[in-house]
Amino acid sequence: MESTIIKSRDFNASFGSNHVVKNVNIDIPRNHVIAVMGPSGCGKTTYLRCINRMHELIPGATSSGEMKINDENIYDMHPIFVRLKIGMVFQRPNPFPNLSIYDNVIAGYKLNGIKLAKADRDRIVEHSLTRVALWKEVKDSLTKKGSFLSGGQQQRLCIARAVAMEPEVLLFDEPTSALDPISTSTVEELFHELKTNYTLIIVTHNMQQAARVSDKTAFFYMGELVEYDETKTMFTNPKDNRTQNYITGRFS
Amino acid sequence: MAQIETELQLLKVEVVNMWTLVDSQLSKARLAFLNFDKDLAREVVLKEKRVNGSELKIDRDCENIFALFCPVAIDLRFLLAVLKINSNLERIGDIAEGIAKYIIDAEVPFTNEMLETTRILPMYEESVNMLQATQTAFETEDTILARSVFKKDDFLDNVNKTSNKVLESHLVAHPEDTAQALWILSIIRKLERVGDQSKNIAEEIIFYLEAKVLKHKGKHS
Repeated sequence: MESTIIKSRDFNASFGSNHVVKNVNIDIPRNHVIAVMGPSGCGKTTYLRCINRMHELIPGATSSGEMKINDENIYDMHPIFVRLKIGMVFQRPNPFPNLSIYDNVIAGYKLNGIKLAKADRDRIVEHSLTRVALWKEVKDSLTKKGSFLSGGQQQRLCIARAVAMEPEVLLFDEPTSALDPISTSTVEELFHELKTNYTLIIVTHNMQQAARVSDKTAFFYMGELVEYDETKTMFTNPKDNRTQNYITGRFS
Repeated sequence: MAQIETELQLLKVEVVNMWTLVDSQLSKARLAFLNFDKDLAREVVLKEKRVNGSELKIDRDCENIFALFCPVAIDLRFLLAVLKINSNLERIGDIAEGIAKYIIDAEVPFTNEMLETTRILPMYEESVNMLQATQTAFETEDTILARSVFKKDDFLDNVNKTSNKVLESHLVAHPEDTAQALWILSIIRKLERVGDQSKNIAEEIIFYLEAKVLKHKGKHS
């Protein structure tokens, strides 16, 4: 039986008086890929950022309701600890431009003041880069700057940076929207491999990507979670007309 | 309107046109059979090429829509249904042509007694009705009408099942009708296939509109 890793109950998020996420109830199963889709402004990215408390970094942001990881309330935990458990990868690849590839991978440890022996650092760098299928490509240029890599490689480096902290959940905010189709395909293949160790939650505007990579899909509209089901069901027989209109391109 | 909607509407018009053509072929073959009209039968044979042309065009259009628009949900079900409906319609077109060829090849008209005892005329009428009902169900998106086709098929199956015995008895009294009996039997078999194909089409209409798979489910509800 699937075990739930992330659970939201009556979860709401606002920016000042703007209520952007409304009473979301969702159970996200462990080791699955979940796609979150919906039109611009529907609250999907805000919901994603609420999962690792990135949303509260914006002045005026508030939230209510339950957001749990492994039955522990995320909002009762220290935000740094939350972000260690729940990593995030953004739309544009953002390796630290002044750091080497090697230092980019272990940046999370350095920034959190965690000291590691050289052998441990080496092991984490190799392990993380191997996980994201980048090790063979960069093992001879680890001292070069991260910005030396192509866009697709930079994004995989950012995923390696998140993976290096051994999180349980990885959040992706439109992770391939700045990549060409070949790099997109490489990152998508990676999702399938990563889900054996992590739970992946991906916000995407690309519906075909949601269909290709995810096990379950959530459709948000005007801050509400309209429908959440197996991806195969969502793309063949959605229950809600708003979902059907959106995925068939008939949304007005 | 989204471009895919326009493409699907155009495709629907193509499919309805093909349906009308196939219905006309089957109905003309029926008239040729009733009146032993070899000229009309030849017309049916000649027009079969148009049915084949329509089938190819619809296949190509579906392929293009799949490739260019990546359809999902009801659009995907519509296209999958159209591909199968298209193939069933083409086969019904083949059947109309086959019946027309029998009329052309037959040397003497069929006797009234044989037509009555086998019940081939009401069977033919019902098979045309079934095809027409599926067309209306498709055009008006009426799954109740589509379901009504399943019941109609029982009559066709019954005529087909009893035809061997009926013709056997007829041939005992009229051995000179052997050749005619074989033609009639072949036409009954073909009409029974029209019933099956109309049922397949009705299943596809229900799949497209209700996302329910009725294939291989025995008695339909």
